Amino acid sequence: MSKTLYDKIWNEHLVHEQIDGTSLLFVDRHLIHEVTSPQAFEGLRNTNRKVRQPNLTLAVVDHNIPTTDRSKGIDDEESRIQVETLEKNCKDFGIKLFGMTDKRQGIVHIVGPEQGFTQPGTVIVCGDSHTATHGAFGSLAFGIGTSEVEHVLATQTLVQKKAKNFRINVNGKLALGVTSKDVILQIIGKIGTAGGTGSVIEYAGTLISNLSVEQRMTICNMTIEGGARAGLIQPDEKIFNYLKGRPMSPKNENWDKALNYWSNLKTDNDAEFDKEINLNGKDIIPMVTWGTSPEDVIPINGKIPNPENESNLDKKNSIIRSLKYMGLKPDTAVKDIKIDKVFIGSCTNGRIEDLREAAKILKEKKKASHVHAMVVPGSGLVKEQAEQEGLDKIFINSGFEWREPGCSMCLAMNADKLKPEERCASTSNRNFEGRQGRGGRTHLVSPGMAAAAAISGNLDDVRKYNN
Amino acid sequence: MKKFTSLKSIPAYLPIVNIDTDMIIPKQFLKTIKRTGLGKNLFYEMRYDNDGKVIENFVLNKKPYNNSNILIAGNNFGCGSSREHAPWALLDFGITCVISTSYADIFYNNCFKNGILPIVLDEDKIKELSEYSNRQEEILVDLKDEKITYGNNEVSFKIDPFKKKCLMEGLDDIALSLEKSDKIKSFEDKLKIKKPWLFNDQS
Repeated sequence: MSKTLYDKIWNEHLVHEQIDGTSLLFVDRHLIHEVTSPQAFEGLRNTNRKVRQPNLTLAVVDHNIPTTDRSKGIDDEESRIQVETLEKNCKDFGIKLFGMTDKRQGIVHIVGPEQGFTQPGTVIVCGDSHTATHGAFGSLAFGIGTSEVEHVLATQTLVQKKAKNFRINVNGKLALGVTSKDVILQIIGKIGTAGGTGSVIEYAGTLISNLSVEQRMTICNMTIEGGARAGLIQPDEKIFNYLKGRPMSPKNENWDKALNYWSNLKTDNDAEFDKEINLNGKDIIPMVTWGTSPEDVIPINGKIPNPENESNLDKKNSIIRSLKYMGLKPDTAVKDIKIDKVFIGSCTNGRIEDLREAAKILKEKKKASHVHAMVVPGSGLVKEQAEQEGLDKIFINSGFEWREPGCSMCLAMNADKLKPEERCASTSNRNFEGRQGRGGRTHLVSPGMAAAAAISGNLDDVRKYNN
Repeated sequence: MKKFTSLKSIPAYLPIVNIDTDMIIPKQFLKTIKRTGLGKNLFYEMRYDNDGKVIENFVLNKKPYNNSNILIAGNNFGCGSSREHAPWALLDFGITCVISTSYADIFYNNCFKNGILPIVLDEDKIKELSEYSNRQEEILVDLKDEKITYGNNEVSFKIDPFKKKCLMEGLDDIALSLEKSDKIKSFEDKLKIKKPWLFNDQS
């Protein structure tokens, strides 16, 4: 029978299957970080269990660390304890860790691909919902809870039930100034935040295969915002070229063997999907979120929705609640919305291409004087690369702060956060109430759009600044 | 893990859709290295004002709902971040059963690891049950027979048999999986031959 790529990866990793379909799935790659792992290690200690495959596990600090000067350690006591706990756990259980002063440190979903730890055809898990990012390499990658982290540490497997197959075909071409962030925002707007629940989404079509590896990661990353735990893309030459020579990529004869295996990771032509939708690049323009759910998207030339136009009572109430939180009036033009802050970074848009895209817009321009703007590179290596290319100078000359790598204001666990009622154009992934700080108002945008907003001082169309 | 068999409580009703795990437990409480003690911070930003004072008219701050063991909520409950702190906070507050029209996948799985029963019902039934919350009347959730009794009415719900067994017996699923250690070992042995690159090139 014809199979999807997801079917094939699933079957390859089945250790055991019960009659009811509950399965034990082998995990090839386990990423851990300081926030969702301490209780898992505590569980191992309480039951005298070991880490079954420390070599298939990689740890990094990212969520809870300062993005300012790190030479004096962490001021916040709880944050410091959490980071020290991860250091101790990794030492005790023999797990490789990229600590705060390691150049390779960064956001877990940027570090995995960068090191070649992320590989096609693997099952990759992490106690973080944005693990979906790694699906860009044709792996089955998804976020798990802390009890499941403990389960993977102890058994190198996970108890799972198979999800449905959902394919999203995107064909055509992207117009200048339109990015994969706009594609995924449009998709989430179309399917809704629960649209992918219970499914694994495969992204296909010529527009997807023409995307760079980094742009693909942005799409897979936000799959979780559409409710699907995993999103994946068939791996191709671009992926193989990206991985070649990375520190943890296969080497020598293993490279040839791996390449041979990876080249056959494809959805069969006549495979059937439980659900399928189609989009065309020509219909996609720069997008912005207006509300408090990632499905609340509108084009940059659009207007804030009016609850009076909504007939469904739950939806109407939801719009009213969001508008109140966001401090917005119905029918306001998006471009009339003034912003206070700009955040460029996160596992969604903290890679080198994202920084290049923003820098291209900001070159020889200043941010608006009332705007506070910061760039947080996704990893130490991204930071280093950007500095070699002189991007840091462009950002600094525009009036941006140039920070140390980490999750930062995407979830605002550290000192980087919005004050109540502050409005931010952010390249991150969630515009939930309070996500970037209590009372903070988030508008999700692409890196180019964030740069445009910084210059204009209001949400604006990046195409205005594209030459 | 505590066993779940049946539960009788006045339900609390929170008619908001897309309640995300940031709302259930904001990030400042994720700095803990413990599973316990999060109940007081459940729905923090809805329960307390900017000065940390209790917001009296929020449902879980009001009697009798401050003692509810059942929470009825809008569609797509638990979306967003994978943080297991969300079910830990619910559990620590005393909520061991959630009723909604749908859940985000990760949150749904996390519930079962912590003795919390997430029930899916259609919207009409949710509205009927929410009336019992408004009237402050108890409803009875029976996992064994997969039904909820309210007044003279009953509604059935469905739970995956394996998940049901784990909840009812309070099973540690790591122990269950470790019983299959031989199978895991033989899988690993074959994998090392078939895909040696997964093991050999960790520099």
